[in-house]
Amino acid sequence: MKHHLHRLPSLASLGPCIALLVAGSFFATQSEHFLSGQNFSLILQQVMVVGVIAIGQTLIILTAGIDLSCGMAMALGSIVITKFAVDFGLHPYLAVVCGLLVCTLIGMLNGALVTKIKLPPFIVTLGTMNIVFAITQLYSGAQTVTDLPDALQFFGNTFRLGQTSITYGTLLMLALYLLIWFFLRNTAPGRHIYAVGNNREAARLTGIATDRVLIKVYMLAGLLYGVAALLSVARMGVGDPQSGQTENLDSITAVVLGGTSLFGGRGTVTGTLIGVLIVGVFRNGLTLMGVPSVFQVLVTGILVILAVATDQFTHKKA
Amino acid sequence: MKLRNCIALAILTTAAGMVAAADQSIVGLITKTDTNPFFVKMKEGAQEAARVHGVKLLTAAGKSDGDNSGQVTAIENMIAAGAKTILITPSDSKAIVPALKKARAQGVMVIALDSPTDPQDAVDALFATDNTKAGMLIGQYAKAVFGGKPMKIAMLDLFPGHPVGIARHDGFLQGAGVAKGDAAIVCMQDSFGDQAKGQTAMENCLQKNPDINLVYTINEPAAAGAYKALKAAGKEKNVMIVSVDGGCEGVRNVKAGMIAATAQQYPLKMAALGVDAGVTYAKSGKKVSGYVDTGVTLITDQAQKNIDSKDTKFGLDACWGKK
Repeated sequence: MKHHLHRLPSLASLGPCIALLVAGSFFATQSEHFLSGQNFSLILQQVMVVGVIAIGQTLIILTAGIDLSCGMAMALGSIVITKFAVDFGLHPYLAVVCGLLVCTLIGMLNGALVTKIKLPPFIVTLGTMNIVFAITQLYSGAQTVTDLPDALQFFGNTFRLGQTSITYGTLLMLALYLLIWFFLRNTAPGRHIYAVGNNREAARLTGIATDRVLIKVYMLAGLLYGVAALLSVARMGVGDPQSGQTENLDSITAVVLGGTSLFGGRGTVTGTLIGVLIVGVFRNGLTLMGVPSVFQVLVTGILVILAVATDQFTHKKA
Repeated sequence: MKLRNCIALAILTTAAGMVAAADQSIVGLITKTDTNPFFVKMKEGAQEAARVHGVKLLTAAGKSDGDNSGQVTAIENMIAAGAKTILITPSDSKAIVPALKKARAQGVMVIALDSPTDPQDAVDALFATDNTKAGMLIGQYAKAVFGGKPMKIAMLDLFPGHPVGIARHDGFLQGAGVAKGDAAIVCMQDSFGDQAKGQTAMENCLQKNPDINLVYTINEPAAAGAYKALKAAGKEKNVMIVSVDGGCEGVRNVKAGMIAATAQQYPLKMAALGVDAGVTYAKSGKKVSGYVDTGVTLITDQAQKNIDSKDTKFGLDACWGKK
């Protein structure tokens, strides 16, 4: 009996779902434009960039780390993709590969500094955040890259499903969530991430190569930031060196709202997806209602504290 | 069960909402940020005009200066809410263009307020200060005050590449009769229109050349920072600061003698004209086009011969921000 009770979803994992449903119902009563397939598709499209970044952020936070450099990595990735394709005339696919590679390398640098020099992730990524920002500005001359080839904008295109037009990029985001969900749940490397986050020393003693796991996690997160860069390019239709400046805190917000513990070892990417959607639904719903955007910031702040408080409360009881 | 109730309630009230929403036209206003008093005043102007015409006004803003993706999201949400006219102060003059193109393709009239897009015809119309003229007014003023006395100029600019910053900078030099690259320009620094950064920039300029006697500033916060730096160096009496904006804080600084002259612009008017245009478009389907100059006035308490200016009393009446 007790065993069964334990397997019921905890308050921490149900809380975000409830918050999302309550918010959705509330907005449906407040704006006649909210409750439509088209609007939901729009919300998904608006969160696809931060949504993919938040997957990488979740992986890192699961190891009890944190990544402040994610938005800047994405910005550099999007400049590399667009500049390589537009200025050097590289084939768009090749330019995308270069962008993904650059972002993965940034992840590798973060991972190497965290494991080999044993610096705290907060400090490492604070440093790389500034370094990557500066490189992005210097490399782009702080200029937006325009006139992109169509191939780079594919994930911003839509197809119709009945009355609703759906953006290809949102499908990519959802597919990545599914993939990482499966990876974390059902594969040995995925379980190792939880083990390292729970107790690094214990994980090492059971024979897990913890350093290698950490470096791989940071690299995988970097690769995901590269995908986010591609999505950002497709969504905006430009390479914008000023982009990504708030994505680090936005993604951490989503991860925390989704019930993942900042102390590592506990959390899911499905929770993060819900966290991302909560922010997106509030932004969309409050705009539809005609509420000034500063209230959206206020609400997000309150929700973050509620989410962490719930997590602390349930964790202590368990 | 509860969930089902919730959904049922949601559907019911949605239906009710649909009936209630009459044919009220909707205008969206998207500013760079929510916090700058310039945009607060702009919002006030739009709200007042919306009230007079009985249209619904939606407002949104980027999180910070340069937050393009936040502005794109706001455009999409406003179109979803049924806005037929969008007024926007573009944070990034180039990056916003594809999103505006999409909006216009859906029949939305887009008017840029305060800052142009690049290219300028990416919007239906631009309601803004003539920033070249604003720069020129304070340049001419400085030239009149200096007479033939040699100038040693520090220029506290916005940041590289922004069209407004370039227009004011070039206008000032033109008005002052100083060629670009002239030896009279002893220092150029980016202030980002920010007081703290303006102060740092001025400190660095003074290090470079302690004989500076004329300071051009992109806006009044940067001017306030420059004044602080000059005061700390004991040079505030002999150096003239000129600026652009006409915010209440800035005009008070003109009155106090910290800033010699400022070129005042009118954000409230930009937004009010924008809402008016939105109403006309909703009623008759007629779009505005081209550039509308919302005016600029030189404000100073030390009027110069042959230079048109108004005193700070006029400036304080017409200023934006906290009176």
